[in-house]
Amino acid sequence: MFQGLRLVFAIAAVTFLLAPLLAILPLAFTSSVFLTYPIPEFSMRWFDVLFTAASWKRAILNSLIIGAGTTVLATVLGTMAALGLRNWRLPFKGTVRTLFLLPMVVPAVVLGVGMQVLFVRLGIASSYAGVIVAHTVVSIPFVVVSVIGALGGIDRRVELAASSLGASPLTVFRKVTLPLAMPGILSGAVLAFATSLDEVVLTLFVAGPNQRTLARQMFATIRENISPAIAAAAFLFIVGTILLAAIGLIVRRQVAARRGLQKSES
Amino acid sequence: MSASTGTGRFAAVALIAPLLVFIAVFFIWPLFTVMSQSVSDTAVLNLLPRTAQAAKGWDPESPPTVEMKTALAEDLQAVEDRQALGDMTRRLNSAQPGFRTLMSRTTRALRKDDLPDLGEVDERWNQPVYWQAIVGALSPTTDRYLLAAVDLERDVSGNIVAMPEEASANRTIMLRTFWVAALVTLCCLAIGFPYAMLIASTEGWKRQALLGAVLLPLWTSLLVRTAAWFIILQDNGLINWMLTGLNITSGPIPLIFNRTGVVIAMTHVLLPFMVLPIYSVLLSIPDNLMKAASSLGAHPMRAFLRVLLPLSLRGIASGSLLVFMTAIGYYITPALIGGAGDQMISSVIAFYATGSANWGMAGALGVVLLAITILLYAVYGRLSSAEERRG
Repeated sequence: MFQGLRLVFAIAAVTFLLAPLLAILPLAFTSSVFLTYPIPEFSMRWFDVLFTAASWKRAILNSLIIGAGTTVLATVLGTMAALGLRNWRLPFKGTVRTLFLLPMVVPAVVLGVGMQVLFVRLGIASSYAGVIVAHTVVSIPFVVVSVIGALGGIDRRVELAASSLGASPLTVFRKVTLPLAMPGILSGAVLAFATSLDEVVLTLFVAGPNQRTLARQMFATIRENISPAIAAAAFLFIVGTILLAAIGLIVRRQVAARRGLQKSES
Repeated sequence: MSASTGTGRFAAVALIAPLLVFIAVFFIWPLFTVMSQSVSDTAVLNLLPRTAQAAKGWDPESPPTVEMKTALAEDLQAVEDRQALGDMTRRLNSAQPGFRTLMSRTTRALRKDDLPDLGEVDERWNQPVYWQAIVGALSPTTDRYLLAAVDLERDVSGNIVAMPEEASANRTIMLRTFWVAALVTLCCLAIGFPYAMLIASTEGWKRQALLGAVLLPLWTSLLVRTAAWFIILQDNGLINWMLTGLNITSGPIPLIFNRTGVVIAMTHVLLPFMVLPIYSVLLSIPDNLMKAASSLGAHPMRAFLRVLLPLSLRGIASGSLLVFMTAIGYYITPALIGGAGDQMISSVIAFYATGSANWGMAGALGVVLLAITILLYAVYGRLSSAEERRG
C-alpha cells in the first residue's frame, strides 16, 4: 500500500515538474496561429518567423551581443575576485563575499528602478553598455560561487611544489592554478550567459527599444499577442540549454580524463 | 613567508578591487538611488528658490505677505521646463486640492501681464492654506512617500495618522504579496518535503532521475516555464482541453489570470529551492536512526514525527525562507499569469516607476520590499552558517 502510494506520488511530482517543458516543445512545430492543442499539422513556419521577422531577428542578435558582453565582463571580474578572495586573510573577507552574492537576493524590480534613474544620470540608459552592465551585476554571484568552488578543490601543495621547483608566481598561475580552475571558470561563464539570456526585469528598466532582447521580446509577446513564435523561441532556449550543459559536461569529462591520465603516469 | 604574505595581500586586494568598484557603482549606488528617491522631494524647491527665501519666518496662520506673492510670481515666470512645472503642480495638488486649476490660471495670467498681484489673479492666493502647502513642500526631504507606502500620512498639524480607507491601497497589496508568497511556500513544502524524502530514500539511476527532474526546470529559462504554464492553463489550454474532452466539465474552468494560476506556476518555478536544501539535510541524517527507532518499537509514523522531522527542520526552514524571500519579489510570473487582483508589490513598484513616473512612491515601496528581503536573507544566512558550523 505504502509502496503504491510512493510510486503514485513520484509519478505525479515528476509529471508536475516536467509536463510544462514537454507541453511547450511540440507547439513550436504547429501550423496553426493559435498556441493550443491539438496540433492540426506540423510545420516550420514559426521558426521561419523567428529568423525572418525583423523584431525577432533583432532580438536574437541583441541577446547574443549582450550575452557575450555579459559573459566576458562577469567571468573576468568574478574570476579575478575569486582568486583574490582565496588569498585574502582579512576579517572583511566574509563581508566582501556576501556583498558579491547579494545581487542574487535583491528583488530585481527594486534594482531595476534604481538602475533606470542612475543610468539616465550616468548617460548609459538605453545603450548596450547599460544593459550589459546590468546583466553583469546579476551574473556575478554565479561566477564567484562556481570559481570559488573550483579553487577550493585545488590542492595547495601542487602550487607550492611548482614554485619550489623555481616557477615564478605568474608561471604557477598560468600553468597550474588556471588549468585546474578552468572547469569552474567555464561553468561560471556558462551560467553568466544563461542568466543574461533569461534576464527580463532589469532589461525592462534599462534597455531602449534598440536593445530588445529575446527574453524581453518573449515577455512582450506573451503579454500582448501570444503566438506560437513563443514556443519556437522556447524550443531554441531549451535546445540551447541542453547544448550548453552538454558542452560543460564534455569539458569536465576531458579535464577529468586528463587528470586521470596524469595520475596513472606518475 | 612573511614578505610574500605582504605582496600576496597586495595582489589579493588588487584582484578584488575591480569587482568591488563595479559592485559599488552598479549595484550599491542604484539601491542607494532608490532610497534617496523615496525621501527626496525637490519638485517644488527646485522651481521656487525666491519663494523659499521670502517665506522664511512667515507665520503659517497669517495671510501671505506681499514679498512672498511677488517672489512666487517671479519664480513662476522664470520656469521654462513645462514638465517640471507639471511635476510641481501635481506635488502641490496632492497636498492641497485645487492647485491644478489655480496654477493653470496663474501661469496664464503671468504670460499676459508682466508682474500682476497674485491676489487679484485668484482670490485663493490670499488664503494661508495654499501657502501652507507650498511651504510644507519646500523641504528637500520628506517622509510622505515612506509613510504612504504603509498607508500612513501626516495631518495638517504634522501628526502621523492612518490614511482614509478609500485612499489606502498599499497595505492591501502588501498583505496580498505575503499571502501569495505564503501559499506558494506551503505548496512547495507540501510537494517538496515528501519529494526530497523520496530522493533520499532511493539509490542509483532512480535517484539520478528524480534529481534530474528537479534540476532540469531549474536550468530552463523562467520565461519558457511561464509561457509553458500559459499554454497549459489557458481556457483552451491542455488541462481544459482534456477536462472537456473527457466530459468531466462542460466548459473550461478558469485557471489563468487568477490566483490559482499564479500559485501553480510560482510553485513550479520555486519548487527546486525547497527540494534541494531539504534533500541535502536529509542526506546528512544517518539512515540507521529510523531503523533504531523502529527496532525500539516506534510506529513508523511516530518515528517520522519524533526522529526524522525534527532533524530535517533546518532544511525545511532554509527552503521555506528561500522560497518565501524569492516569492515576495516576483514580478514576471504574476504579471503574465495573474489577473488584476493578483498583482504583487513588484508590479506596483514597476507601475509607479514606468507607468506614472512617480519615483517617490516607487522608491518608498522599493525600500520596504528591500528591507523585508534583506531581513529574511539575514535570517537565512544565520541559519545556514549555523548549519556549516555543526557539519
